[in-house]
Amino acid sequence: MKRPRVDPVLIALLLAAGLFALGSLLQPGFGSYDQAMNILRLAAFLGIVAAGQTLVIISGGEGIDLSVGAVVTLGAILVFRLGTGEAGGALLALAIALGVGLLIGAANGLGITLLKIPPLVMTLGMAGVVQGLILVVTRGELRGETPDLLAGLVSGSLAFGIPGVVLVWAALGLLMWLLLWRTPYGRQLFAVGANRTTARLSGVRVPAVVVATYALSGMLAALGGAILLGYTRQVFLNLGDPYTLPSVAAVVVGGTLLAGGVGSYAGTMAGALVLTLLTSLLTALDLPESARQIVYGLTLLALLSLYGRQRALRE
Amino acid sequence: MRAAQALPPRGRLREAALRQSYAFALVLLVAAAAANYALQPNFFNPAVLGGNLMTYLPLLLLAAGQTVVVIGGGIDLSLGAILSLSNVIIVSALGESPGAAQILLAVGAGLLAGALAGAVNGACVAYLRFQPIVTTFATSFVFSGLALYVMPSPGGSVPQGLLSAYGADPLGLPLVFWAAVLVLLAWGLLRSTRYGVYLYATGGDQLSAFVSGVPVSPVRLASYCIAGLMAALAGLAMALSTSTGDPLIGEPLTLSSIVAVVIGGTRLSGGQGGVFGTILGVVVLGLFQSIVSFMGVPSWWQTLINGLIVVVALAGPGLLGLLHRGRRP
Repeated sequence: MKRPRVDPVLIALLLAAGLFALGSLLQPGFGSYDQAMNILRLAAFLGIVAAGQTLVIISGGEGIDLSVGAVVTLGAILVFRLGTGEAGGALLALAIALGVGLLIGAANGLGITLLKIPPLVMTLGMAGVVQGLILVVTRGELRGETPDLLAGLVSGSLAFGIPGVVLVWAALGLLMWLLLWRTPYGRQLFAVGANRTTARLSGVRVPAVVVATYALSGMLAALGGAILLGYTRQVFLNLGDPYTLPSVAAVVVGGTLLAGGVGSYAGTMAGALVLTLLTSLLTALDLPESARQIVYGLTLLALLSLYGRQRALRE
Repeated sequence: MRAAQALPPRGRLREAALRQSYAFALVLLVAAAAANYALQPNFFNPAVLGGNLMTYLPLLLLAAGQTVVVIGGGIDLSLGAILSLSNVIIVSALGESPGAAQILLAVGAGLLAGALAGAVNGACVAYLRFQPIVTTFATSFVFSGLALYVMPSPGGSVPQGLLSAYGADPLGLPLVFWAAVLVLLAWGLLRSTRYGVYLYATGGDQLSAFVSGVPVSPVRLASYCIAGLMAALAGLAMALSTSTGDPLIGEPLTLSSIVAVVIGGTRLSGGQGGVFGTILGVVVLGLFQSIVSFMGVPSWWQTLINGLIVVVALAGPGLLGLLHRGRRP
C-alpha cells in the first residue's frame, strides 16, 4: 500500500488558510467573521455531497459517482414538494428523499457489481435516468415550499453566529470518522479498495460492501440536496449539477487516492473548504467568467502537482 | 484455447461472438435501425438517412479521439471543452466573407489549438504523472475559460460556400459516411504501425510495456494529442453544422463520447477495443434518440426513456455474461 509522503489534509488546510489570507489582503471585507461563516456554510454543501463520493472513491475499482448532482436535485425537489405543513411532514419528506437516494445508489452498486458496468458510465447513465425521473415527477412545474426546519437550519445560528448547517457538517464529519475507522464496514471498505482479490479471500463479501457504499453515496447526495434547499429555498432542474465534478475534486484535493484504498473524510472536508474559498475569492475579485474558469483550472492542476501524482514507472 | 475447441460448433460461434468487442453494438445497431424503419417507413431514404447521420458527425469525431485515449489506458474529460475552443477560434478567425487563404488559416489555427490542448493534457498525464480523470477535469476549465475569452457569447457566421460543401454528397452518399470511412482508414493505418502496437501494450499494462522497451510516456502523450486534434475536427464539423460559434457547445458531448466508447465494446480499463465499435456506438445512441422522439412518447417521459435505454445498452454485455456463466455448471 502506498502512503502519501506529506499529509494531504495538512496541505489542504494550510492552503485554505493561505487563500483566506490572500482574500483578506486583496479584498477588504473578505476576511471578516461573517464572510468566514458564509464560506463555511457554502463549503458545507459541497462537503456533505462529497462525503458519499469519498466512500465510493475509497472503495476502488475505478470507483466514482457521477450521479450525485442529479440525486442532489431530486432530493431537493422531493423535499420541496412533499415537505409541506408541520415539522413532522418535513421529516417524513426528508426520510422519503433519503430513501429514494439510497435506492438509486443501490441500483448503481448492483449495476457495477452484478452487470460489471464501469462505475464512471454506470453512474453517468444513472444521472440521465434520474434527470428523466425528475421531469416525469415534476412535469416542469416546480411547486412546493421549503420546510421552515431546513431554512432555519441553514440560515439560523445556534451560537457565536455559526450557522446550523456547519454544525450538521461537523457532526457528519464525526460520524464519517466513526464509520471509517471504528466499524467493520470501514475496515472492509479499505480492504476492498486496496485489493479486491485479497479482500475476497479474507472473507469480505466484496459485492455487498460495494453496493452498500454506492447506496450510502446516493443517500448522502439526497441529504445534501435537502440541505441545499434550505439555502436556495427554490429548486431548479439543474440545482445539483455544479456539485458533481467538484465533489470528486474535493475528495482528490483532500488526498484520497483515486485508485482506492487510501483516504479520509477529514481530507475531503479540507478539500471542500479549499475549493469553496477559491470560488469565493474568484467571485469577490470580480474577474470575468473566462478568467475565473482559467484560474480555477490552473489552481486545480497546481494542487494535483502537490500530491496527486502517480508513481514513476522507473521506481 | 483448448476449451473453445472442445465446444460444439454453435458454442464456438457464440464464444467467438462474445470475444468480438463490438458484437453487442452491432446487435443493438440492427435492432435500432429496424425499430426506426418500423416507425418511419422512409427511414432508409438516402436523404432522410443522410440528414440523420449528419447530426452525429461531431460526436463521431470526438468519440473516435476518446477511443484512442481510452485504449492507451487514459480518459479525457476535456474533449468537449477542446471542441468548443476550436469551434470559437475557427469561427472568429473566419470573420466576415473570408478568402480561401483566410479559411485555411482559420481551420489551421483551430486544429493547432486542439492538438496543443491535447499536448497539455498528455504532458500532465504522461510526464507529470497526474491522474487522467482529475487532470482533464481541471484542464477542461482552462480550455472553456479560453473559449469564453475568445468568444464570450455565441455568434459569428460561417460563409455559405463552406456550408454547402458540408452538405455535399459525393457519389450520392452523405459526407458523414465518407468522414467515417476516412476515420476508419486512418485508424486502420495507425493500428498497423508500431505506434498502434505500443498503444495497446501501454493501455494493457503500463509497467510491463515499459519493461519491454515501449516508450510509454511519448505513446500516451501522442494519444492525447490525437484526441485533441479529433476534438478540433469535431469543433470544425460543429461550426459547419450550426453555422455559428458557441463557447459552450462541446461540454455536453464529453460524457456522450465516453458512453459511445463503452457501448462500442472498448473497456475503460484500456488495452483493448477499437474505433469501429465506437462508430457503431455513436450511431446506436443517435438511433435510440430518434426512436424515442418518433414513438410519440409524451415529452416529459423522453429523457427518462432515453436514460433507461442507455443503461440497458451499457448493461447488455454484462447481462449476456451473467446468462452465459449461469449455463456453466
